[in-house]
Amino acid sequence: MNVVVCGKVIPASTVIIEIDSSSKRMQRKGVPHELDPAAASAVEEGLRLTEKHGGAVVLVTMGTSDATIGIRNALAMGVTSAVHILDDAVAGSDTLGTAKLLAAAIKKLEYDLVICATESSDSYSGIVHGQIAQLLGLPALTFAKEVAVEGGKITIKRQSETGFDLVESSLPALVACSSGINEPRYPQLKGIMAAKKKEIKVYTAADLGLSPDQVGEKGAREKVLSIGRPPKRQAGKAVVDEGEGGKQIADFLAEIKVI
Amino acid sequence: MADTIWVYAEINDDRITTTSLEMLAKASEVGTAEAVLLGPAPDDAAQTLANYGASKIYRCADAVYKDYLTLPAAETVAGLIQKHNPAVMLFASSYAGRDLVANLSARLDCGAITDVGDFELKDGSVVATIPALGASYQNTSTLVHAGTKLLVVRPKSFEPKLNDKPLAVEEVAAAADEKLRRVHMKERVEVKREGPSLEGAKIVVSGGRGLKGEEQFNMLKDLADVLGGAVGASRAAVDAGWVPYAMQIGQTGKTVKPDIYFAVGISGAVQHLSGMKTSKYIITINKDAEAPIFQYSDFGIVGDLFKVVPQLIEELKKRKGA
Repeated sequence: MNVVVCGKVIPASTVIIEIDSSSKRMQRKGVPHELDPAAASAVEEGLRLTEKHGGAVVLVTMGTSDATIGIRNALAMGVTSAVHILDDAVAGSDTLGTAKLLAAAIKKLEYDLVICATESSDSYSGIVHGQIAQLLGLPALTFAKEVAVEGGKITIKRQSETGFDLVESSLPALVACSSGINEPRYPQLKGIMAAKKKEIKVYTAADLGLSPDQVGEKGAREKVLSIGRPPKRQAGKAVVDEGEGGKQIADFLAEIKVI
Repeated sequence: MADTIWVYAEINDDRITTTSLEMLAKASEVGTAEAVLLGPAPDDAAQTLANYGASKIYRCADAVYKDYLTLPAAETVAGLIQKHNPAVMLFASSYAGRDLVANLSARLDCGAITDVGDFELKDGSVVATIPALGASYQNTSTLVHAGTKLLVVRPKSFEPKLNDKPLAVEEVAAAADEKLRRVHMKERVEVKREGPSLEGAKIVVSGGRGLKGEEQFNMLKDLADVLGGAVGASRAAVDAGWVPYAMQIGQTGKTVKPDIYFAVGISGAVQHLSGMKTSKYIITINKDAEAPIFQYSDFGIVGDLFKVVPQLIEELKKRKGA
């Protein structure tokens, strides 16, 4: 069973992201990057499935040259090879532009299953995987908290408002994992060494048959009009606990008439 | 029509969801509200939508929409959009809503804005307000393509409002194509929980990384029980596997607006703040005086949560008994 994992490399969680006021985009360039934890879970899920059923896992990602560190990390985890969409022309793509690029790159591969995260940890739109599924004509199994493949069929436990749903489809399919589906493995030294020899294929938008007006800022249907900071809430009182902290909270609750 | 706004109505627990009614209130305020209701629903569902402002309801009760995810609904909604061309269509930021918008956007080759907190309609173009990067920035965005604009709206963005319209239902044909029956909903499993739901609770007690483990959440449960509240969590606690995703509060989890919100061992990452910052009172317990959460707190204790919380529970029990 061949798996394609679609995931993002994002500014490290330790970085406070600033917004560039002229382009109105996140300033991603030049800050430390890492494989999005949500993408790492998708990679882990792909590795577990191919360890059980055989086959290869290919990572498909889009991003600047800063993404390489995250791609290497996925390769070190055990991913067979990677595809990197690297092109200044794709900067500023909206969700559908991104989905078109990723779908076009996936189309060049052989796969039974595409695994995505439900949403990236830096922009959270949460719809790119559904767009990719529709563009590739694949059924989308979303919000998966457990994935099982058996005899050409995929079954997931899908989060619901009140518990979970058992959802089934035939392969090929696309599955979107929810956060916390698994604990991604840490790359071992052997994996890190092996990763250096693994292939990273680089594509531009043109390589994928997409013209500049379909992707990037130019092709984006969504235009950011303004950015700003909402007014800060007035910070209230904070006291250092000197053994009476719990009682002081109870006093506060009494003051606002909750108890 | 230029000011027609559609709402994709959802059913949960045998009722029209509150978010559907919230969206109808906003749609009625901005233009002419209409609703699309697909799948089995209680008898009074269409009437409820009319009561809350839907002047027309496109309706198909076929079970295909319940038994198969996304594809049948996307087919029907896409057909309706192409036929009637509403200015805007609103979807809840729910599991079904997000899936549907993703599919429709690719199908209709149009844009979509997610995580919308508010919007306005001017000369057929839509301007949406989105709290971005958690709560640290607020953006406005627009969609520049022709045709219907798709928006995914955050729950609790608007207040439902009674706004009686005469009941006008237009029955639509069910999506019949066999190819749409691909993602089969085999079984719905309810996971029982005690106490009030997170969304409905007046008091929410949330734990984060500072809890250090699954078991310690029992302590928060005890606190919530004394106050008749519900327990929530930050993404850090969910990602660590201590509590299920259903408890996650924040941009990628639930949005809550209780009277009292306890942030226990939560630093206040922007992603979390966005799900709770409109709570009436925020009470914080954290050992790090520099934690951003204190900026949003009405009352905070800088201290060891493992000492402060048990003392608080003890104190509440004592005062209740008195």
